Parts: sequence; structure tokens; C-alpha cells
Amino acid sequence: MNIPLIEKLEMRNIYKEFPGVIANNYINFHINKGEIVSLLGENGAGKTTLMNILYGLYRMDKGEILINGKKVNINSPRDAISYGIGMVHQHFMLIENHTVGENIALYLDNVPIIFPEKSVERKLKEFFEKFKFNINPKSKIYELSLGEQQKVEIIKILLRGASLIILDEPTSVLAPIEAEELFKLLKNLKDEGKSIIFITHKLNEVFKISDRVTVLRLGKVVYDGDINSVNEKDLAKLMVEREIIFNITKEKKDGNKEVVLSIKNLYVKNDKGLLSVKGVSFELRKGEIFGIAGVSGNGQRELVEALTGLRKIEKGEICYFGKKCEKFDSKIFRKFNVAHIPEERTKIGVVPNLNVEENAILRVYDKEPFTKGFGLNVKKIKEFALNIIKKYNVLTPSTNIKIKFLSGGNIQKFILGREIETKRDIIIAAHPTYGLDIQATRYIRNELLKMRNMGSAILLISEDLEEILEISDIIAVIYEGEFLKVDRKENFKIEEIGLLMGGVKS
Amino acid sequence: MFVIEKRKTFTKVQNFFLIIIFIVLSLIMSSLIFLLRGLNPFFVLTKILTSAFGSFYGIKETITKSIPLILCGTGLVVAFRGKFWNIGAEGQLLIGAVMATWIGLFIGKNLPSYILIPLMFVFGFLGGGVVGLIPAILKVKFNINEVITTLMLNYIIENLISYLVYGPWKGKTQYGFPYTDNLPKNALLPIIKGSRIHYPTLIIGFFVALLIYFLINKTKIGYEIKVVGENPYAARYSGIDFLKVTLVIMLISGGLAGIAGVGELAGIHKHLTYPYQISSGYGYTSIIVAWLSGLNPILVLISSLFFGGILVGGDIIQTTFGFPFATINIFNGLMLFFIAASHFFINYKIKFVKVKYE
Repeated sequence: MNIPLIEKLEMRNIYKEFPGVIANNYINFHINKGEIVSLLGENGAGKTTLMNILYGLYRMDKGEILINGKKVNINSPRDAISYGIGMVHQHFMLIENHTVGENIALYLDNVPIIFPEKSVERKLKEFFEKFKFNINPKSKIYELSLGEQQKVEIIKILLRGASLIILDEPTSVLAPIEAEELFKLLKNLKDEGKSIIFITHKLNEVFKISDRVTVLRLGKVVYDGDINSVNEKDLAKLMVEREIIFNITKEKKDGNKEVVLSIKNLYVKNDKGLLSVKGVSFELRKGEIFGIAGVSGNGQRELVEALTGLRKIEKGEICYFGKKCEKFDSKIFRKFNVAHIPEERTKIGVVPNLNVEENAILRVYDKEPFTKGFGLNVKKIKEFALNIIKKYNVLTPSTNIKIKFLSGGNIQKFILGREIETKRDIIIAAHPTYGLDIQATRYIRNELLKMRNMGSAILLISEDLEEILEISDIIAVIYEGEFLKVDRKENFKIEEIGLLMGGVKS
Repeated sequence: MFVIEKRKTFTKVQNFFLIIIFIVLSLIMSSLIFLLRGLNPFFVLTKILTSAFGSFYGIKETITKSIPLILCGTGLVVAFRGKFWNIGAEGQLLIGAVMATWIGLFIGKNLPSYILIPLMFVFGFLGGGVVGLIPAILKVKFNINEVITTLMLNYIIENLISYLVYGPWKGKTQYGFPYTDNLPKNALLPIIKGSRIHYPTLIIGFFVALLIYFLINKTKIGYEIKVVGENPYAARYSGIDFLKVTLVIMLISGGLAGIAGVGELAGIHKHLTYPYQISSGYGYTSIIVAWLSGLNPILVLISSLFFGGILVGGDIIQTTFGFPFATINIFNGLMLFFIAASHFFINYKIKFVKVKYE
């Protein structure tokens, strides 16, 4: 197995379009032997798309990839591996119930058919001696920490002969100490002559590890250069800079507003059992939009799930309308009549295979007038569905059609209508315009503002900085489960938000 | 190369024809078995159909056999709507038969018919329902796969019955056969003269199908069952109580199978005996009945009649051509296989495309 070393890899004029969005708009990118390049950008900047193209998971529409000056065709991960490119995904590609040795053997192609893990063990020993750490090849994957699992992924790729390693947000799952260990390993690999592409949104890490940084914004390269000629502020500005059009007029309202939701010192764990909301406190008042800005995966999902009773709270307090709840779950949450526009609208917000009418009562089906004793009041349900459709401009041929046949924008308008028709004191909206076209986006933002002006308290969680800046009254920036700053919008500068989103307090 | 695409819309008529096509395909596959025996498959298939539907006797037998299928099938529709894969209708039916024996032969043997028979049905329902609750609790509380638990319970119950009829319940008047004594007259179901149709169970089955249709489409619990089945995430989001819904599903599903068991015992056999005598696989056949109906309780009435006919035809070809009864199981298996496959084609279509490589 002789894979030629990658001395220089170039991606030229890479163009990739998805329906309705240009993910990569003629991007040029290169990396040399023994270099660590950080790929920096907000969500949706095109980092992951670019790397998925390089690893053969997506096909580019236009552009070319050159290795050592020669054009190559990469149509699948298999091709990429054969050129010496390896990728460590955010979610590890390991089989939990198998041992380290077996997982590695599975990825290699030059192992014996019988007892492949034995030959791997020999190779592993050499490897561990060289890099001065150790993982028992006989341990099962689920017995390892996430940091160790990540190392297994890296070892797997190296043993296959990779000379270029792509790491997608590698520190997002790691504890700080584990991250330090990872950096040490990466530096060692660099000295060995490996090239490393490091996808991240954390600014401090960029400076800690990389030689060069490439910044993407909205599918274009906005900076490519040596790490020593920029500082954190520059990068933050490059990452988030844009013109913001404030064409939505807002009524100013001041004075003492009633607190309807207060959260004190909230701690929540994520699916992996790690704390992902760490001591968040805030108050939500009537007639205000409280916007939470931040790169996704910094605890927003867990925060919303905790507030809506879908996730257990480790510590802290959630008080709706001043009422303290000892035990809080989704059944208690529904008693509060809080509108909730969930993050994944077709996965959670509707039942795709039920019709529009049935979906209209999803969160009120057991309330008057939709139900009487055991039965449902079909007439009232139809009226309610028709009312939502009319009032919120939902385009649908009838109320009997399965809701999965509606477009994303119409489903979202429908969910919004359904929620705020019956519950208007508090609205929790998670990424309400994600993936929608301009018209639908405009409509939903206007509708939220309208509700605010009528006195609703709105909690807005969004990855879209523009959305946060456009309609929020108060902004909180969340990073690794903590609010780095909470203040009125007027007191923020856009660069500052960029820095905070990257974890830098000024 | 080909790609698989999701269908946008599919009309009821297209749906119907697709299922017909797949039934025909399964018949063609079954024909191979008949060919292996050196028989003309057309001849055999015609024989099955004419013996089931072609004579007065055949129709009477077909209706008799469709009674347990209606009850079990309707129950399974409820479970499958909630995506609870109940494979245990067989065991739940058998428990119904045990309850009927217990009440009819021991507890209430001196009660008049008009009290005793309703009591047997109520206890049959409760027996089947309680057996159904076990896998429901195991699933919601401990996340144990219900396919395994419901299936395994069938074997436990079958062996329980064998124990009863060889042991404590063995009848004194049965000349050493592993039967219980016959039920007293007041515990037997009336039948239509000249047939084996125990019409009280048939009437119950008919109304149950209507009732379940109403339950699924017009009630709060029916709505909860559909939401839990179609999208558990949305069910959590809407605050539906999973435990309650799952328990209700299985109480109904198991209970209806239990009623079927009462009917079989008090209407046909009159005493408890080997489990495979009490039920010739009705619990399993009703899985196909439920799927063929498209999980619509009203259509269960029709698909039950169809499969009742197949079972009668199976008996006939067994006696006429000397086929083992297992042939009909192969036939049923193929049918289920093809009906399941047709559901894929209702939702997806296969498109052949040319791929250009650069």
C-alpha cells in the first residue's frame, strides 16, 4: 500500500449549489505538507460542504482538485482515502460494541482475513510508542471517553496511510483537558509531515493551533493568510461582517414590564451526558424579544428542550409566571400554555402523515372546544384549521391533505399560526426561519414583531445573526453553554457579537 | 442505474390496484409449490376458491373461520396504528379460551346463560388485555422490544394450556384424552342451525369493527394513538402520555383477541384442548388480515372473509390432494410478504436513470 505523500493540495474555483442556496461560491483553498490550516466561519458559511467535497461525500458542480499539481477525481470517500485524505467527522464513525482493534481493522484493507485485530495490535504498539500515549486495543469503544474515541478515529486514518487529515469541529465534544491533548497530538503529526485541516468556529483555538487560516463567509473566501498577520478582532469581523437592513419599524416601549419567565442558574446535560447548559440565568418580560445568538451546538437545543419540558434539568430553576416547579416535564409545560415553535419542524412540529386538521390540534387536542369527553369535535377542529390557514396565509389545497405535502414555508406558517392562536403570553421560537425563502422569512419575523407589540414575551433562538439583530430587544450570546454577555441590542457592536460567538470576551 | 423516489401523491384507486397486482404476484409464487407437487396450479387455486366461496357449505365455513380473524384483526389494527408490533394475538386469543373455560366450567357453571355468557366475554377480554399489558409495560418502562415479548408470550401461554389439559383441568368424562370436560349447556354459544357460525361472536365482531373505526377517527384516544404511531417526537412535543396510550392500545388489542378466544371455545370446541386445536394460527393470520385492510377496521371485515376462505380452502386441498396444512401457511406467508412489499411501492417509485461519468 503506497500512497504518495501529499506535498500540496489545491481546490480551485469550487462551486456547489443546493436548492435555493449557493453553499460554495468559487472557493479557492490550498494546504501544504506539514501545515495546519484552520477553516473558520459561521454556520452555513460553507466549511463543511467544502470539506465534504474534498472527502468525496458531495460532488462539486464546478471546479477542480489538484494533488501535487495533478488533477484528481474524487467521487467517493474511497477515492479520497486512496489519495491519502482522511476525515474525522463530528459524529464518530465507530462501532460501539466492538473493540478498538476491531474498529481499526475494519477500516484497513491490508489486514489478514482471520484475526485481523491481532496484526492491528502490533501496528498500534509502534504507534503508541512514537506518540507517547496508550489506548488498550482490547477495550470496547463504549468504554472509552470521547477524547479517546476521537484518537481511535485519528489512528484509524493514519494507519490507512493518510497524509491529510480533516477534522470537523473536533473540540466540540471534548473537555478542555482533552482538547489540549488533541492539540499536542496534532502538533506531533504536523512535525511528522502530515497536513491538517481544522474546521472550527472557536477563535482561540485558531490561534493556538494553526499556521494559516482561511475564513469563509456566505460561501466565499474572505480571508486566507498567515495567522500572525491577524488578530481575534479581525477574524471575528471577517466572519460576521455584513450589511444589516433595518427595514422593520419597531415601536419603542419602555417602563417596568412584567417578568413572565425567569430562569435561574440552569444546568442541562446533552445526549452524551455532558453538561451543555452551564449556569444560565435570565428573565423574559412582556413585550420584549429576547434573542439568543450563537453558533449551533453551544447548548441552544438543550436550553430550549429544558424550557419546554422535553429534557431533564440537572440543576437550577424554571419559573413560568412566577410559579416555581419542583418537577418539570412536558406534561406540566403544556399547562402553562406557552407557544413553542420547535427547531426541526417536520420532525417534531407536525405529524407528516396526518392531515392539516389533525395537525392543527396537535397541542390543544384535549382542550375545549376541540374535545368533549372522549370524542373530538370535528366541526370545531375544521373551523380552527381554516382559521389558521386564512389568517396566516398558509397555501394548501384543502384541510384534508396530509401536511407533508405542504412546502416548508407553509408548514412553518401553519405551526406559527397554530401556536400563537391559542397561546400568546410567551412564545419560544427556535430557528423559526431556518431554510425558508425570503418572503416566508419576512412574514414570520413581522408576525413575531406584531406579537411583541401586542405584549407577548418572545424567546428567539437563532443561528442567523441577522435575524437576532433585526428583531431582538435584548441579545444574549451563548458559547459553550454560557451566556457571555446579555444586554440591550443598542449596547452591542456587530464585531463584538462575532468575537463572543467565537468565545472571546473583550 | 436506478434511483428510489418518494411518491408525491397516490390515489385510493391506484392503491387498490397495486394491492391487487401484488396479491396476484403472491398467487403466482404460491403456484410454484403446487407445481412442485406436480399439480396444475390453476386447478388448485380454483379448488381453493370454489370450496371456500362456491358452495353454501363453503360460505358457512368461511364465515365461521372469519369470526376470530375479525376480532383479532381489528385489535391488531389498533396496535399497528400506534406502531406497537403486537405479534401475540395468538396467545391473547388462547388466554381468552382459558378464561372462558375457567368461568364457564368452574366459576359460573350454575349461572343462567344470559349472565354467564356475557361474563365469559368480559373475562376473555380482560384476560387477553392483561396479557397484552405485559409487553406494553415492558416496552414503555424498560424499552424492551415488543416483537420479542409478544411472540414469546405465545409460547408461554401455549404451554400453560398444555399443562392445564394434561394436568389439573383434565376432564373425567373424556376417556383419558387431554381435554377438559365439556362446558355445560348454559355456557355454550348459540349457533345458526346447520352451520358452525356462533352468531353472538360474529355480531360482536361486526360492532367492534365499527366501534374501532369510530375510536380511531373521532375520539381523543384515537388521535393520541395515531400521533404516537406516526411521530413519537411530535407526541412528546404535544405532551401525550406514552404509558397511558400504550396501555390502552394493548388492552384493546389483547382484549379483542381474548373475545375471539371465548368465541372459539364456547362456540366451536366446547372444551379446552391442545392449543393448536383451539386456534389454527388465527392470531398469526390476523396480522395479514390487518395489513391487507390497510389498517382500516371496516375493511378488516372484508379481508377477514377472504382469509377465512383461504383457511377453508386449505382444509379442502389437504383432504383432496393430500397436501399438508403447512402449505396454507406458506401461502399466507407469501401473501404477507407481498402485501408488505406493496406498501413500499405505495410510498416510493423506482426510476431508471442513465448516469453519465466524466
